[in-house]
Amino acid sequence: LQGNSKLQITGGKVYDPANGVNGEVREVCVCDGRIVAEVEGGRTIDAQGMVVFPGGVDVHTHVAGAALNFARAMIPEDHRRNVPFVRTPVRRGGIGGATPTTYVTGYLYAGLGYTTVNEAAVPILSAKHTHEELRDTPIVDKACCVLMANNEILLDLIEAGELERARHVAAWNIWAAKAYGVKAVNPGGVAAWKWGKDAKGLYEPVPGYGKVTPAKIISALARIVDELGLPHPLHLHCNHLGAPGNFTTTLETMKLLEGNRAHLAHLQYHAYGGDDWATMRSESARIAEEFNAHPNLTTDAGAVLFGNTVTITADGPWQHLLYELTGRKWGNLDVENETGCGIVPYVYKEKNLVNAVQWAVGLELLLLIKDPWRIFLTTDHPNGAAFWRYPEIIQLLMDAAFRREQLKKLAPRALKRIVLPELDREYTLSEIAVITSAGPARALGLAQKGHLGVGADADVAVYNDSKDVAQTFAHPRYVLKGGEVVIEEGEIRKTVEGKGLLVRPSYEEKIEEFIRPLFQQYYTMSFDNYPVEMERIEHPDVRPCKQPTP
Amino acid sequence: MSKTILRLREPPHVPLEAECLSPDVIAPLGHDEVRALPVVLGKRQYRLEDFFEVEGAGGEELEVHGDAGRVKWMGRGMTRGGIRVTGNAGMHLGASMKGGAIEVSGNVSDWIGAEMTGGLIRIHGSAGGQIGAAYRGSLSGMNGGTILIDGSAGIEIGMRMKRGIIAVRGAVRDFAGLQMKGGTIVLMGGAEFRTGAWMIRGTIVSLTPLQLMPTFSYACTYNPTFLNLYAKQLQRLGFSIPHKAQEGAYQRFTGDTSVPGKGEILVWQPQTAGPDPWGADGGPLAERGDALGGEPDPPPLFPAIG
Repeated sequence: LQGNSKLQITGGKVYDPANGVNGEVREVCVCDGRIVAEVEGGRTIDAQGMVVFPGGVDVHTHVAGAALNFARAMIPEDHRRNVPFVRTPVRRGGIGGATPTTYVTGYLYAGLGYTTVNEAAVPILSAKHTHEELRDTPIVDKACCVLMANNEILLDLIEAGELERARHVAAWNIWAAKAYGVKAVNPGGVAAWKWGKDAKGLYEPVPGYGKVTPAKIISALARIVDELGLPHPLHLHCNHLGAPGNFTTTLETMKLLEGNRAHLAHLQYHAYGGDDWATMRSESARIAEEFNAHPNLTTDAGAVLFGNTVTITADGPWQHLLYELTGRKWGNLDVENETGCGIVPYVYKEKNLVNAVQWAVGLELLLLIKDPWRIFLTTDHPNGAAFWRYPEIIQLLMDAAFRREQLKKLAPRALKRIVLPELDREYTLSEIAVITSAGPARALGLAQKGHLGVGADADVAVYNDSKDVAQTFAHPRYVLKGGEVVIEEGEIRKTVEGKGLLVRPSYEEKIEEFIRPLFQQYYTMSFDNYPVEMERIEHPDVRPCKQPTP
Repeated sequence: MSKTILRLREPPHVPLEAECLSPDVIAPLGHDEVRALPVVLGKRQYRLEDFFEVEGAGGEELEVHGDAGRVKWMGRGMTRGGIRVTGNAGMHLGASMKGGAIEVSGNVSDWIGAEMTGGLIRIHGSAGGQIGAAYRGSLSGMNGGTILIDGSAGIEIGMRMKRGIIAVRGAVRDFAGLQMKGGTIVLMGGAEFRTGAWMIRGTIVSLTPLQLMPTFSYACTYNPTFLNLYAKQLQRLGFSIPHKAQEGAYQRFTGDTSVPGKGEILVWQPQTAGPDPWGADGGPLAERGDALGGEPDPPPLFPAIG
């Protein structure tokens, strides 16, 4: 796992924004899987004419678990469209596309220069399944966030005002799922979906409860995560995703989160104005302005690219709406007392007004949010586009002229609904290194990731220093994972295994006495079979929590 | 004009995947190159000559002789030229083809002409299921072209088809025109159950009475003008369908209302001696038994499904 080889990369321009290195030609030395100050002997990679980045970190993606597997099964037509990965001596077989198979997910991420991913939505009930798939996702290190904002045991505790106990339950849940963070999806809305309803207003009671509102759930979870000292803040998919006029909900949510840390997932889907689909418009300027003023928040773009994909989310009510809008296939999963899930294959079309607005909003947020350390490159894979299309977004961010070319493909009336044509900002290589690696690593609280300082994990991506940005970032010359050369000249050379990143927040052991009877009463699974055993995690790396601040 | 003739040495025991057997692939090749074309048996790749005697090379026309019932994917995606099979042909024949013609003297298997967009497939024997259909998961099946079958056919023919014509002389099995979105299916020898289930648009013409699902409703009895054009076109291809008012008329049923869909099933009602079955004496709704073929004990129009 941790390479014991020595290696140095010489002559490349190094972009290591976490350490203030901006395109200086300097050596990067590797020994025993970590970056070191200097190294004697070993292989030398001549990186003249190339740029050296810390390995990419994806803060929000969906690459493993029951929902993803359901999506894979639902779209055989996508598998047929895509070229299969044929087995070779160093590589297993599989298929790419919107929902690549587990092994191919690892190869494709590494093939972009990404070395760490965060699977953003794991029900505790299917955490075992998720970890089994993550185990089969090679090369990259894996973290995952466990879904809690519609967990009925937790909602009952919030209803009763027992936040202290809720904290212990949440901590127990995290450890039971062997998770790294806490995810909240449409707080209260997925619970409401079980009644055929949704929770759009932050301050209206969730169906089935008297006092629980989405706002209470969000505040309680954000506080719990901070009190537990988790390295990654509450990972929040806000209420009212995808709907025209939802920006007001997002603004309210930002205000609500004052005083706590939070990561707002796929902000693109939460920045729309207008009253209905016909009048939908971008409100990214308002969202960015408010976001800029909230240093306690980070976010990721959730950008959309035109083309075929499949949408997967725990947000069941939204997916039912999307199914009704598209008439396409629809999958719905109900995860007992915890969450739900919906799956709808989707095509984003340039000439579709709504899709054009979505495409623009993702880029606008990336350009309007001033601090690249707080917004990260994602497509909410596979919802906005598959992750292997990130280089296309990088090109759009770095090249305003190219952006203007692409704008010509939109319907003219779409241009009145967006602000993208007015934005001239162009990302620098250093800023790209921030939004793809240094920033998300920091937001995840992974001190050993996202930089090339001494002691960091030797996860390194080396690209050609070329004007053709999309080509450059799609085809790294070299990728190192834990000091091992995994990609060389576009070929997979070695498939190392990745680590499983998790946390063990502290909780009172006797909280199990509270959960067990509830569990035995309401779940179909036996309580003792519920927690994920440590043996299931491949190369576990238990990251420290800060001292709890009760 | 040169052509390539292939003679199957002996039928393979397991399916042989031979998508190289297409005029697009073979036309520019010399004899040795044709012999070396890759085919896949199980998980192993072989040369074409391991299974076929190869005569000639190149040309827009390809002849295949022998029982190629286990040879899959012939004519896949072809755009031009012709394939003439003397014998049987295997699954996926002419799948995704865009142009050209395929003729088979014997029987063929499932999925022929699946997702094709143009060209002609003519089968003198019988065919399996999913003719001109959409592959699993796809939104639409054949989107143009013509498939003519002299014998019978299996289940789900024309499943999710969008354009084009499928005509079958013999009987077809369940679910003809399943989830059909457009195009035309001509059934000359009847069909089993659930014809047109979930159809959204498109036309199914039947020259014999059909057991219709309860989600189809009777609209009228008439002689659609467009069928004159179809009849002429099919006549040229050797399939004659009645269309003249003096010979009879079509009962039009619309559905599938469970989707809800705007498809139509046209059931031929030949002119019979005696009282006009769709005349002034109450029309076909009142005479459904008669309308369905005038047999002494006609099948019920809305049978118990299954």
